[in-house]
Amino acid sequence: MSRKIRVLIAKPGLDGHDRGAKVIARALRDAGMEVIYTGIRQTPEQIANAAIQEGVDIVGLSSLSGAHMSLFPKVVQLLKEKGAEDIVVFGGGIIPVDDIPLLKKAGISEIFLPGTSTEEIIRYIQETIKIT
Amino acid sequence: MGTTLAKRILEGDVRAASRLMRDIDDRIPSALAELKELYPKTGRAYIIGITGPPGSGKSTIVDKMVEIFRKEGKTVGIVAVDPTSPFTGGAILGDRIRMQRHATDEGVFIRSLATRGSLGGLSRSTQDIIHVMDAMGKDIIIVETVGVGQDEVEIVHTAHTSIVVLVPGLGDDIQAIKAGIIEIGDIFVINKCEREGADKMERDLRLVLEMGRKREDGWDPPIFKTEAILGKGIFELVYGIYRHKQALEQSQAMEKKIKERTMKTFLEVLESEVMNHFIQKLEKKGQLETIVQELMYRNIDPYSVAERIMAETLKENKE
Ligand code: B12
Ligand SMILES: Nc1nc2c(ncn2[C@@H]2O[C@H](COP(=O)(O)OP(=O)(O)O)[C@@H](O)[C@H]2O)c(=O)[nH]1
Ligand SMILES: [Mg+2]
Repeated sequence: MSRKIRVLIAKPGLDGHDRGAKVIARALRDAGMEVIYTGIRQTPEQIANAAIQEGVDIVGLSSLSGAHMSLFPKVVQLLKEKGAEDIVVFGGGIIPVDDIPLLKKAGISEIFLPGTSTEEIIRYIQETIKIT
Repeated sequence: MGTTLAKRILEGDVRAASRLMRDIDDRIPSALAELKELYPKTGRAYIIGITGPPGSGKSTIVDKMVEIFRKEGKTVGIVAVDPTSPFTGGAILGDRIRMQRHATDEGVFIRSLATRGSLGGLSRSTQDIIHVMDAMGKDIIIVETVGVGQDEVEIVHTAHTSIVVLVPGLGDDIQAIKAGIIEIGDIFVINKCEREGADKMERDLRLVLEMGRKREDGWDPPIFKTEAILGKGIFELVYGIYRHKQALEQSQAMEKKIKERTMKTFLEVLESEVMNHFIQKLEKKGQLETIVQELMYRNIDPYSVAERIMAETLKENKE
């Protein structure tokens, strides 16, 4: 009867730091969202397909290993190729501030760095996803 | 534009299928029209249910079974249900983690669902989402239940073959699972069989099954021991499923099962239609609040109110 926000949280690449991703997943669940977690070591292809099959509104990518510049835009590109450009992609982790404008240019909607409160992230999703 | 989601789904559009599943889950009214269009194209898939306590290895077993089904060229749909938190309404759906290697295989479609308050181990949307996967042409649809309670009997009316997964060393073993869950298994799996107690558990389980009521359909539920992370015993399990399917087809049991499932689907749809109708009407007239108030003060009783509403509606419809 009412839309529920669905989020995919994924860790692309070989990065095994999953604490942050799990913290985010739990915070979003506690904010009433349905969170699909794919686990670590995901290829952009796996992430894009999972996002489509799960019918999510937004994909959250987490990276602490420095591979975000190639992996994040790849997910955006694949979603577009598969006709799912309406799925928002955002991310967080250890990401140099200088990279953020470049990521945004590549279609990543927002980046959250360590120290961001989960409330802020929740608010961002709620404001970005205008589901009817 | 202009073409329906249903048409696109029948043409193989995965995105359309996913969107319809979302509308079904969110109970968007337009989903009904799409389901009407898809229904004639359903009824082909073989549905396998898998239930058992959290952590027993259901998702891992599904992952390994899918590998075998795919090698045989069969396409697979998976519906994995996890619980919604009753306090926040949110959920973490983690079954997919175990199956993600199939995410790039076009022959596999995985959908995670939250229970959204429904009991019995499945979500309210499960039946209809199975219909969509069926219409997508999936040969096999696997439904993984929540696995919390002992009352997960919903799966029996949903699946052709129901698998119950158990693990050695969980509480008082058989004693703990005797109620309810034993009756629903067409096949039993003792997973993590590398652990101590697997053989004893198998013996106990066999005893319980032998002592139990004889099944009308004559099927004798087999027990398989698996070590799912290593893929051990999964091949045998899959062939156990095939044997059950064959047994169903050769007896009258298959028809009975399909009949039960069809009936259940219909009654659920009817119930939800009728309920929606009445609730909407009461809300539109602003009566729901008043009725609840009056009920709270015990000025009226719910039985009479329900009767009165029924009578009024019937009268209105006649006019
Ligand atoms: C804990 C830790 C580990 C643990 C990881 C445990 C685990 N399962 O997660 C262990 C010990 C295993 C580990 C190993 C390694 N680590 Co380490 N590790 C850290 C450390 C100290 C803390 C990370 C952490 O958990 N933070 C707590 C969580 C909650 O915060 P977070 O992940 O940053 O998440 C927050 C935000 O970033 C954001 N966020 C994160 N993801 C997302 C996603 C979305 C969608 C959103 C919205 C927000 C968001 O929100 C979160 C909450 O605020 C960092 C240093 C640091 N201070 O960050 C190094 C660090 C990440 N590790 C580093 C390295 C190099 C390694 C190793 C390669 C070391 C080695 N040589 O073996 C290995 C690699 C492991 C692997 N397989 O990838 C480097 C990475 C350098 C880089 N980026 O180039 C760091 C930065 C340390 C450093 N300064 O050198 N590590
Ligand atoms: N030791 C052992 N662990 C297993 C086996 N099968 C699955 N597991 C692990 O058990 C945990 C729960 O598995 P999962 O498939 O998620 O269980 P589910 O909750 O029933 O779906 C995971 O860590 C699996 O890796 C097995 O045969 N032996
Ligand atoms: Mg599971």
